[in-house]
Amino acid sequence: MVAPAGYREIDHAADWELEVWAPDLPGVLEQAARGMQHLAGLRLQDAPARLLELQLTAADAESLLVTFLGELLYSIEQHKLGFSDFDLHVSQLPEDAGLELHASLQGQPLLALEKEIKAVTYHRLEVQSTPAGLCTRIVFDV
Amino acid sequence: MVNLRNLKKISDYEWEIPQSYRGDMRVPVRIFASRRLLEAVMDDKSLEQAVNAASLPGLVGQVNIMPDMHQGYGFPIGAVAATRLPDGVISPGAVGYDINCGVRLLASPLQYPQVEPYLDELATTLNAYCPSGVGESGSVKLTDHDLEQVCREGSSWALKNGYATPTDLRRTEAGGRLEGADPAKVSLRARQRGRPQLGTLGAGNHFIEVDIVDQVYDSRAAQAMGLQEGCLALQIHCGSRGFGHQICTDYVQSFQSAVKRYNIHLPDRELVCAPLNSPEGQDYLAAMRCAANYAFANRQVLAYHARRAFEAVLAVKGLPFQLHQVYDIAHNMAKFETHLIDGKPMKVCVHRKGATRAFGPGHPELPEEYRALGQPVLVPGSMGTASWVLLGTEASMERSFGSSCHGAGRVMSRAQAKKQVRGETLRRDLEKDGIHIRAGSLPGLAEEAPQAYKDVDDVVAVVCGAQIARKVARLVPVAVIKG
Repeated sequence: MVAPAGYREIDHAADWELEVWAPDLPGVLEQAARGMQHLAGLRLQDAPARLLELQLTAADAESLLVTFLGELLYSIEQHKLGFSDFDLHVSQLPEDAGLELHASLQGQPLLALEKEIKAVTYHRLEVQSTPAGLCTRIVFDV
Repeated sequence: MVNLRNLKKISDYEWEIPQSYRGDMRVPVRIFASRRLLEAVMDDKSLEQAVNAASLPGLVGQVNIMPDMHQGYGFPIGAVAATRLPDGVISPGAVGYDINCGVRLLASPLQYPQVEPYLDELATTLNAYCPSGVGESGSVKLTDHDLEQVCREGSSWALKNGYATPTDLRRTEAGGRLEGADPAKVSLRARQRGRPQLGTLGAGNHFIEVDIVDQVYDSRAAQAMGLQEGCLALQIHCGSRGFGHQICTDYVQSFQSAVKRYNIHLPDRELVCAPLNSPEGQDYLAAMRCAANYAFANRQVLAYHARRAFEAVLAVKGLPFQLHQVYDIAHNMAKFETHLIDGKPMKVCVHRKGATRAFGPGHPELPEEYRALGQPVLVPGSMGTASWVLLGTEASMERSFGSSCHGAGRVMSRAQAKKQVRGETLRRDLEKDGIHIRAGSLPGLAEEAPQAYKDVDDVVAVVCGAQIARKVARLVPVAVIKG
């Protein structure tokens, strides 16, 4: 039986591709973040959590996903911080102006980071509805 | 899904997907490949991505695909496309995230037997002097002002600061500096990522490799380049690091809305683009040139450290330690060049993603010592296999916008490679073959295993068979440093 939320690696000739599914968009964002950290071989120190608050806006779900994961990549590289706990809320902006994400993330310093992800791409990116919720595939440039 | 029946055979080395294949194609796709190499990519999305690339507004001529093609994102790897000025488009995704990823080749007068006893020490010293690995910082600490100078001046900044020689710059594509770079078009975040990373190799498929010149095919050209059979050479493969990745990320994001403003419809959002003469297009070009100049300076600083490593190990043994620049060339870039389109010279913006510029003999941009020969084309193989030095030809100018292949090209996914190959075993096997390996990550090493790539000799046979390049020398590795 497939878990209601999760991720799995898809074969890609050169880069990395993840399939992600969850009941809703915050769940997709969280699973994508966890999957990306897993692909990068990221392990965290057993240390007191540091809180990162993010407020992001985007025109659509796909842009929000790319922006959110890009923020995490930046924190991993610049602040050597990975994330274990995700509290995410997505709301619709007024007048059809897109989506807004409020994220409270618990992070710990990196113990190990094995591989470099250069970027999160828009290649064939589409957040699709399924009977169980939402799913998408994300290609990372490595 | 494109299949072999959709392809028209032009010759044993060239195939075409006609413009009529799909309604949104603006030009045909011309593929340089043998039947075997074509069949090897039928299961991935290389050709579908090539067809998508052919839908960009303002394309001229054809989209060219090189024999080292493989599936990428947006554009396939190994693609060349030219758009007309002033209203054709520029696409950040058609350059890639690692802007001006490229290769530098340095030649040594040292014969392999002279250095063989010291290769292990040399590999360790290169690894110590040339920082590598994920997010690694370098020895050069740039202020924001310094970074702006690197953005504007590229390798000239390295020359002023003692990291380069005038010959290095003369033997670098565009002299190691693209005009029109404007740091004001680069985000704060890209600057933060770029400041600590100059002079670093990074991770993934980037490497420093010590080679032996295994065989010379054109002695006149090899002599001009300082390459002698049996002697050592050194390759550096890397790009613009987090600086370039962030610039591309920023502009792919901002172009998502630009395509709506310019009413551009695309089959893939990663292909987002803007007219070259639009404010968005101009901003990206100015930022991309900053990253290109940063990458030229990055490879130059790494070459400086590699020279220090050679000196540290070999000078005390009374051996010649000098490394002379052969050439430095980009394989992810967009540049304004003049090419013959329908028999008439036209200024176009040539996008090369995983493809190397390969100007033919007589081109005014080539250094005097290479002008009669053509431009050196550097084709690194996979770790443990050969690399090639080629020359651009008249045919490359006529048929591929002065471009050729850039490497071997992957055939196996990273996940498959990790399943089939253990990093530790691979390192042991390579060392048994006399190749000294220094790798920051064993799983990363496994992903880059030689069996994950096509045979680079097959790739080179195609570009030479199609006459868009010709052979100068074949190199084989004896030490590889990977992040």
